[in-house]
Amino acid sequence: MKLPQSEETTGAVATDVAAHGRAGLLRRLLRNPVAVTCLVLLALISLASLFAPLLTSQDPAHSSLTDSLAPISGKHPLGGDGVGRDVLARLLYGGRTSLLGALLAVAVAVVIGVPAGLVAGYYRKWFDAVSSWVSNLLMAVPAIIVLLVVMSAVGQNTYIAMAVFGLLMSPGVFRLIRASVISVREELYVDAARVSGLTDSRIIRRHILPVVQAPTIIQASQMLGLGIVIQSGLEFLGLGSATQASWGAMLNDAFANIYTKPELMVWPGLALAVTVAAFGLLGNALRDALDGSAANGRKPRGTAGRKQAAAKKTPTVVLDAGDTDDALLVLEGLTVSYPTAQGEKTVVDGVSLTVRRGEVLGLVGESGSGKSQTAFAVLGLLPREAQVATTRLVFDGTELGRLGRAEMNRYRGHRIAYVPQEPMSNLDPSFRIGAQLVEPVRRHLGLSAAEAKAKTLGLLERVGISDPERVFRSYPHQISGGMAQRVLIAGAVSCEPDLLIADEPTTALDVTVQAEVLDLMRSLQRERNMGMILVTHDFGVVADICDRVTVMQTGAVVESAPVGQLFADPQHPYTRMLLSSTLEDAEPRSALSGTVPVSTAGITNTGRQEGPA
Amino acid sequence: MIVFLVRRIAAGLVLVLVIATTTFALMGLTGSDPVRQIVGQTATQQQVSAKSAELGLDQPFVVRYGHWLADAVHGNLGSSWFSGESVTSSLENKLPVTLSIVLAALLVSAVLSTVLGVAAAVRRGALDQVVQLLAVLGFAVPSFLVALVFAVVIGVDLGWLPATGYVPLADSAGGWLKSITLPALSLSVGAIAATAQQVRGSMVDVLRADYVRTLRSRGISERSLLFRHALRNAAPAALTVLALQFIGLVGGAVVVEKVFGLNGIGSQATSAGSQGDTPVVMGVVVVMVALVVVVNILMDLAYGWLNPKVRVG
Amino acid sequence: MTGTMNGTPRKELPAEPLLVADDLVVEYPSKGWRKPPFRVLKGVSITIAAGETLGLVGESGSGKTTLGRAVLGLAPITSGTVRYDGKVISGLGAKERRALSSDIQVVFQDPYTSLNPAMTVNDILSEPLRVAGTPRAEAEKRVRDLLDQVRLPADAGERLPREFSGGQRQRIAIARALSRDPRVIVCDEPVSALDLSTQARVLDLFVEIQERTGVAYLFVTHDLSVVRHISHRVAVMQGGEIIETGDAATVTTVPQHPYTQRLLLAAPVPDPQRQAERRAERRRLAAALAADTSTEVPTNASMSGDRA
Repeated sequence: MKLPQSEETTGAVATDVAAHGRAGLLRRLLRNPVAVTCLVLLALISLASLFAPLLTSQDPAHSSLTDSLAPISGKHPLGGDGVGRDVLARLLYGGRTSLLGALLAVAVAVVIGVPAGLVAGYYRKWFDAVSSWVSNLLMAVPAIIVLLVVMSAVGQNTYIAMAVFGLLMSPGVFRLIRASVISVREELYVDAARVSGLTDSRIIRRHILPVVQAPTIIQASQMLGLGIVIQSGLEFLGLGSATQASWGAMLNDAFANIYTKPELMVWPGLALAVTVAAFGLLGNALRDALDGSAANGRKPRGTAGRKQAAAKKTPTVVLDAGDTDDALLVLEGLTVSYPTAQGEKTVVDGVSLTVRRGEVLGLVGESGSGKSQTAFAVLGLLPREAQVATTRLVFDGTELGRLGRAEMNRYRGHRIAYVPQEPMSNLDPSFRIGAQLVEPVRRHLGLSAAEAKAKTLGLLERVGISDPERVFRSYPHQISGGMAQRVLIAGAVSCEPDLLIADEPTTALDVTVQAEVLDLMRSLQRERNMGMILVTHDFGVVADICDRVTVMQTGAVVESAPVGQLFADPQHPYTRMLLSSTLEDAEPRSALSGTVPVSTAGITNTGRQEGPA
Repeated sequence: MIVFLVRRIAAGLVLVLVIATTTFALMGLTGSDPVRQIVGQTATQQQVSAKSAELGLDQPFVVRYGHWLADAVHGNLGSSWFSGESVTSSLENKLPVTLSIVLAALLVSAVLSTVLGVAAAVRRGALDQVVQLLAVLGFAVPSFLVALVFAVVIGVDLGWLPATGYVPLADSAGGWLKSITLPALSLSVGAIAATAQQVRGSMVDVLRADYVRTLRSRGISERSLLFRHALRNAAPAALTVLALQFIGLVGGAVVVEKVFGLNGIGSQATSAGSQGDTPVVMGVVVVMVALVVVVNILMDLAYGWLNPKVRVG
Repeated sequence: MTGTMNGTPRKELPAEPLLVADDLVVEYPSKGWRKPPFRVLKGVSITIAAGETLGLVGESGSGKTTLGRAVLGLAPITSGTVRYDGKVISGLGAKERRALSSDIQVVFQDPYTSLNPAMTVNDILSEPLRVAGTPRAEAEKRVRDLLDQVRLPADAGERLPREFSGGQRQRIAIARALSRDPRVIVCDEPVSALDLSTQARVLDLFVEIQERTGVAYLFVTHDLSVVRHISHRVAVMQGGEIIETGDAATVTTVPQHPYTQRLLLAAPVPDPQRQAERRAERRRLAAALAADTSTEVPTNASMSGDRA
């Protein structure tokens, strides 16, 4: 189960793509200077090719020996080529060949790839199997070899070659479309549409095509560049039509005269590079515009954030030192904020808390309360863009805020440990469980490989795994969620930490497994006299294991009390509201005893005494 | 693993067969008239039919294909219609040239894209921007243009490295390395760009993963985190892209060989293709597709080795 | 038939409950070659009367979600039947199945993926109406009415799903389910992704809608306290089978089946004193079960699985 916190994480690209729609996309694209430059350049190149006859009076195919390698002149503004043809005319007319050829290739690729991808992704079955096989086949063939064969078979026709190249590119489109369709098909809203009685064709039109549109446009933009590259490559090899001007043929001519007049390379080379780069950059800009937040590059660097935090850390003297005498961890004035498009967003605002040795502190709140952010701040594990500031963060007499990364690594895992929420996503999928557990033990405790293995096996047994040898050798995907959580707990306690920070350690587990894991954590905590911070949203879990409770709401602490006192006599209205929202004490609804209830008959009992605030 | 390997090899053989058949059909069933080209425009009708019979072109298409296939299975790819040279032996001479530049380009791409991609993902900021820009440029500038620039600037103007010719490895290791450096570098530019992008993307994703945070919480050194854990998890996706790029490298060799005057399979393909020399074209196509198949199987094996979900259960 | 058994004799006893699943088996093909298919439901039977809520409780992998999907026609039924209003609706063709969309509806667990992020709330809510041929103007009126029913402001229609919180999105999903006045709604963990306080309010909304419209719910959840709050009757699932059914009060307070007892005792109560007692009781039960060798030992064997 996902925690409600997932609100802040971005969804799949596919859904984002759909969410922003095309109109918004264009607007955002036009705000990107790179994209605008590319669009302008491409427009200019297209117009110049289109209106070539108006821009030059020279015939691109007319050669005259007297003008061979002619210098720049009024007659030949860019000079003449090896056989005396006008370079400017060939450049302008050559653009036509390149652009039309590339357009043709992309059109073929899209016309084949999109419908095939839609059908294969939506209906799967045999069509998917067959078309995927064909697509893999086509992708495994070097395009230029196929084009060589095709051209030698059907003659030197650029457009036929480009149509074939379109066919060879169609697997790219096919795979993209198929993958997007499959991911959208799994979305619950497509199930909901089906239950709402929509026909397949309507589902494809309304729910799937809009998602597929944008990635297709991006891919098309990049394929246009690719088409121009291949097309000019063929012409460069001398495989194009001899009478048709093209950039590739110009480079071929320049190559023939490379020792006498290398500058002939410049114009066609430039035209080619600029056009292809513009298509490529446009594709990237489109992708950025679709990502919305434009995650790449624009985020301020984490180091800056940390430095600033360190600067803010003025040596404020703290008031009640007596209260924190036996404290294992003292956190005061924690503030965490993130830069967003709308300015800084503060998610933790001046939080203070204390954990004593051997004490379990429950950190409770709803999504967005900042409880997990607080836990990660203590561990120094916030994402790098987070801006963190504390007035005090003292663990067992050491100010953690002043430690560098390497020094902090000596505390983390060794004296302060962490148990995460989602067991499966928190084990490295590429390493055996044993290797993952042994690495920190060896590092922190300096054990030999054999000693570390023996210790790890003992730990696995301690956390209730009946076959430690097998689990030690397993990869994470081979064990169940409940088992994985035990492994993670074993990893957390492996170096005998003084403080354990557990972030919703049982939320992803079934209740029966949750009960066992809580029992395990309680017994380990008692046995080793660990201090513990347990982040949770579940008051049942709090009642089960915590000694003291700190309740958080929207980034701030609203109430802190010993557990008995909090349940018996909650002080803050928010705490009272939360406690009244629990359903445990509600009266069960009685069996339906009449016939069909009608609007007037209040037969059923909703069972809850007071409504939430 | 054995089953997997057998299946991949079988699929590769099917691919080679399908491509060979299609190529043979294209070459044999379309309009061009190689015999007329071989014997010359002035030859009499009699000479033409004689040549036709000599090459076996008077037989039905299916019979010709059957003969070719039967010979090919026994390692005999026939001989050139124009020079009469045995295709197998000429391929044997030319394969080392192409193989050298293509594999060197693959190696350079793998190493440089990893370095650039990891650096961009970890450092972000300005370095990231530079790598992203390089990626776009690498994608935009076709390899033969890079080759032309390299040949002119580094090869001719600066004279640092030879601009043309190939020195066999057996003759001189240093000479061999020098002769393939520029071709391999110009060939790899595009592949580096694409693969570095992928490495960067997957590294960024992996570094955001929950398990990386958990590993950090255990106080594991940053170096182990990056190179042992993160890179290992980012590698499969990068490998997939690299495998696709390799196909492009093989194709690009055709053009790059021309620029650097290398007498490899690519230049042979170009000349045979424009002449309509079916046996040579068939030989080149089969060898190139087989090369792609072999390298892809090797990459699949590496992928399986990197990804335990494929390897075990 | 349980729903009609303990009532006093009434004038018109319906011939059959509104929705009946009879000995339902659902299998999914296994990945490997020639491996037997994976049987998710092993012959499950349930009934739901009009206006009734049947709570379906179970842990991950119990098949509870699959049962809901089978009723909706989204899971492949190997054998057994689903009957609605006396007619067999399992194995219908696509067209006949679509005709049922006005009668049987759904609210999914995840309010983030059950609404198309590209569509405005108006579009989402009017889609089922437009499919049924409702004229545009009438559909717009109906959408305003639906938003009002689920306590969302009238201007919500212009906005996109991402502008709403989890609880609000779930209200939109409920409104969509209600748009064509269905008689049965399958609710698949509709409140488990929500915060505690939001959860309570959304549950109240479900109850209120039922009292007003007489719709029946098949309410799938892993949470016994939610089930107790919303259900008239409860069915407990384990390993693709129903192991206990009964009225909500009985099943959720004094369950008969050992598994249900275990489930109940494992759920922690928000009261330190009572939770300590419950924990002690859970250990006693586990010890008793372990001592009884004839029963399967549930301690370590149960470690499989997270919630889906």
